[in-house]
Amino acid sequence: MSSKLATKKILFISRKAPYGCAMAKECLDALLAASAYEQDLGLLFMGDGVFQLKKEQQPEAGRQKNISATLPVLSMYDIKDIYLQASALAERGLTADDLVIPVKALNNNEICELMGQQDQLLSF
Amino acid sequence: MKFSLAIYAAPYTSQASATALKFAQTLLSDGHEVHRVFFYGDGVHNGSRLISPPQDEINLHQDWQTLADQYSLDLVVCIAAALRRGILDQSEAKRYSKEVDNLGAPFELSGLGQLVDACVNSDRVITFGA
Repeated sequence: MSSKLATKKILFISRKAPYGCAMAKECLDALLAASAYEQDLGLLFMGDGVFQLKKEQQPEAGRQKNISATLPVLSMYDIKDIYLQASALAERGLTADDLVIPVKALNNNEICELMGQQDQLLSF
Repeated sequence: MKFSLAIYAAPYTSQASATALKFAQTLLSDGHEVHRVFFYGDGVHNGSRLISPPQDEINLHQDWQTLADQYSLDLVVCIAAALRRGILDQSEAKRYSKEVDNLGAPFELSGLGQLVDACVNSDRVITFGA
């Protein structure tokens, strides 16, 4: 599509729970769109954003699309750098077993380091 | 320095789009470059020319227009987010058989690729209203 674009490291930071507002979905929409442009993309779930990863979501009753169905597809779009904030997961009483995909858990110092390695941060 | 702005907040609901406008005005008056302003999520409502605030309040739509005219700004409204929220330009109104359109020039509908392009071609992308 736009192979003329230079390659940048862009980290998408998703901080909202999945269905209360559109932000979680719009973050994933933007990320999937970006995957068409051959950029070095990463995704980091922070705060309530970790709820997007939870197994057994049933948003259909609220006439919403299931966000957790999109997450396993990300690797097919070459988005393999997926992280979460370890403290956010623990604070919400969740463990790695509760999640739909394996995600690298980072402590806050590691998150600072990750952010420092990026060309751009897009916060949602 | 070359900046782009990503705006996710509706006008008047939160401070964020007014802060973004002020930030853009300050960047430009300080001699920086604004590569693009990308309106996404509820931010697409900034593009509605039907916005009609009381006379003694800031008109965000108009102020973006004025700034864009002055500095030839690229004001891009995400088409997917806009159509869902009823922000349509003339050709989309026609495509969806709507009687009216409401996107004011120089706001333009385009795709999320414009946000990626902004990331690649700007030194900094600043997000408002996340």
